[in-house]
Amino acid sequence: MSQTNPQPAVDYELQGDQMPDLHDESRRLMTICNACRYCEGFCGVFPAMMRQKTFTDQDLDYLANLCHGCNGCYYACQYAPPHEFAVNIPQTFARLRADTYRRYTWPSCLSGLFQKNGTLVSVLLALGIGLLLVLVNMFNPPEVVHGEHAGNFYAVIPHNVMAWSFGGVFMYAVGVLLFGFWRFRRDTAPGKPETPLSVAGATHDAMVMKYMGGGGVGGKMDGCNYPDESFSQIRRVFHQLTFWGFLLCFAATSVATIYHYVFGWEAPYDYTSLPVLLGTVGGIGLLIGPVGLIYLKHVADPNTQVGAQRGMDTGFLALLFLVSLTGLALLAWRETGYMGTLLAIHLGTVLALFLTLPYGKFVHAIYRYAALLRNRREQKS
Amino acid sequence: MTGLPEKTDVIVVGGGGAAMAAAITARERGVKVLVLEAAPKDFRGGNTRHVRNIRYAHPAATDFVTGAYPVDEYYDDLLRVTQGNTDKELSRFLIEKSEDSADWMQAHGVKFQPPLSGTIGLDRTNAFFKGGGKQLLNAYYTVADELGIDCRYEAEVTDMKIEDGVFTAARVKYQGAEHTVEARAIVIAAGGFQADTEWLKEGWGDAAEGFLIRGTGYNKGRMLRVLMDNGAQTAADADQCHAIAIDARSPKCDGGIATRVDCVIYSIMVNRQAQRFYDEGEDIWPKRYAIWGRLLAKQEDQIAYGIVDAKVNDLFMPSMYPPLKSDTIRGLAEQLELDPDALEKTVADYNAACRKGDNKDREFTPGVLDGLSTEGLEPAKTNWAQTIDTPPYYGYPLKTGITFTYLGVKVDKEARVQFEGPGGRSVPAANIFAAGEVMSGNILGQGYAGGVGMAIGNVFGRVAGEGAARHVSN
Repeated sequence: MSQTNPQPAVDYELQGDQMPDLHDESRRLMTICNACRYCEGFCGVFPAMMRQKTFTDQDLDYLANLCHGCNGCYYACQYAPPHEFAVNIPQTFARLRADTYRRYTWPSCLSGLFQKNGTLVSVLLALGIGLLLVLVNMFNPPEVVHGEHAGNFYAVIPHNVMAWSFGGVFMYAVGVLLFGFWRFRRDTAPGKPETPLSVAGATHDAMVMKYMGGGGVGGKMDGCNYPDESFSQIRRVFHQLTFWGFLLCFAATSVATIYHYVFGWEAPYDYTSLPVLLGTVGGIGLLIGPVGLIYLKHVADPNTQVGAQRGMDTGFLALLFLVSLTGLALLAWRETGYMGTLLAIHLGTVLALFLTLPYGKFVHAIYRYAALLRNRREQKS
Repeated sequence: MTGLPEKTDVIVVGGGGAAMAAAITARERGVKVLVLEAAPKDFRGGNTRHVRNIRYAHPAATDFVTGAYPVDEYYDDLLRVTQGNTDKELSRFLIEKSEDSADWMQAHGVKFQPPLSGTIGLDRTNAFFKGGGKQLLNAYYTVADELGIDCRYEAEVTDMKIEDGVFTAARVKYQGAEHTVEARAIVIAAGGFQADTEWLKEGWGDAAEGFLIRGTGYNKGRMLRVLMDNGAQTAADADQCHAIAIDARSPKCDGGIATRVDCVIYSIMVNRQAQRFYDEGEDIWPKRYAIWGRLLAKQEDQIAYGIVDAKVNDLFMPSMYPPLKSDTIRGLAEQLELDPDALEKTVADYNAACRKGDNKDREFTPGVLDGLSTEGLEPAKTNWAQTIDTPPYYGYPLKTGITFTYLGVKVDKEARVQFEGPGGRSVPAANIFAAGEVMSGNILGQGYAGGVGMAIGNVFGRVAGEGAARHVSN
């Protein structure tokens, strides 16, 4: 009868090597939660948990990535610290999520970049802008760099150079992300084929950010407990602005690429053209969304956050903001002599964004999508 | 905030669902309210922190209940579980007043969840708080703050000045000093006395030493004692309480819902002598949930062991503590520190009584009363009686876990505490009100139905707050 665990409370001040194994700690919490189940109304995690009695490390990786840190369960928890059971799902799962990002990245020797993400972003941003400014000035005489070109970027950087270099970096990032997605899915949902329903369902959940709505009765969404104890939809609003802003900017670039290669319509495009409209609307989303998310993170209850991950969380958001800001500035002053310099600065931020894409907060999207897929698949069975 | 005001209109003692309903109701009627909660902020709210739902009368389905629960049906249910051991007039009053409880809660920020899989068969009669009682408390305290209610934590009321049934002042221990706070009315909503072992012994004898306190450890019954010493009349006996079977490895206090174990109906329950003592299959779980705490209390060391095999171990809610496990009954007995011979014999006798006569071909059916019964065994197991024969075998050590005690002060429909008058007559106090567990004995002479406690707290809390405010305004 002396066997096992009147389970040790966790000292959340501990860091690094002194932390209990993240999977063991997550398993301890899920075992308590599965015997309680009061939180089933909050998000996808608890109903998903209730579908099983025991939890493998891979199950826990899946559940951690299904959690989006809305904090509903934390504030409602009768066992939250300082209770001796010390149940803190948002914080523990945030740690485990970051751990999955490190374990599933490629090449594995770069996994440390997640921990130093703030530094990485700063350094690459400086290097990217510096490099582009040097190159632009090296290959162009000053009268070209500072000349007026009626918005024609290719007067300063030839189209092919831009397309191939940035296309290459982007494809690398996409490759690393897809490889991570494939490996994560293989481990957390072995041998389970997706169905049209699971894909449609998970895609829907991702697009509307269903669980960020916080669930509710009668079609009303209660919202999340973020950044504090009160219920609010504000984080979902900022996240939607960021997400759709990002997609619209991506769409702008894609449309422009099609214009160029398929129709032979070369930039600059008119202010009322599709690529410019998409980019402008998306860019505005990417100004408001990331600033809002950074602000919320800044004021969020530290008991639900992981301080050591702040760099990773905000680095990516700050980059999105800068890419958008410089992009809109470039659009605004593209017919002046500042175009060449602004183009170099903008492309420098884009370079930093692409390079850090697979080694920063952006990766949450792919693991979360994988988790949403498994969630949908299991929901219907 | 330092110090305490020397004077206020209404003092509310306690910080749970009843206390906050009283405080909010009184404040909304314009009087000054001081809430004195003995627990620190993180553990505020008494047993409300651990609750999940409220049983309330309602005429039709809503977004969070699946159908109507008429007053008459609620009343019949209450009469049945208490075996008539209730103040019938007060019960009827409670149930009728409960009709707007959920609306009142929602209007004060409480969120409910839709009926889901986890609503344990109560999805028609009970509304479930999204996230449980702590979310409800958070909402109440937010409202209290907005209304300008003065809430103090770690403020322990130790005594009351009562003259001729009239309250004048409270003695309060707060921030290391003794304070006297005068008020024109007081609401006692400070819970039962389950965390006072000495008091429990008055009802249970030394067995009380072996009880675990599943509810808050802050309810020591101080206010109840003061009222009784001042001549308040009481309701229910000292041994009446809500108690269930919880894991014997749970903490002494405050383990809450996660420590319960649902193995009973699919198990055989044996005591320290490895003997069975009650019909495990009497009814669907959790209908008999609340009788097992009392049954265990009467066993040696207040402990018993649920024995199941691999066939049924996945049929009930997973437990927080892993069961003990062995490939033989003997091995399991050793792990549970039971006499291996005795446990082997008990299991063998039980197995021999299964699948006999009419029960030979009856189907074992989880979730419904399948009528699969033992024959010629004493005590019988009247449902789900199939042999224990498939290793590994699992053992769940269970102890009595008290949630709250029923013994409380007698009240009337205005939640006024009743004092003993000439000739044993009940004389209502002018300005002393009681709500929640401290007066639950009026309704619960014995037994329990899930969610009744929250109804008592909410209804009498609001009534008490209203009465206190009215008294102040007059």
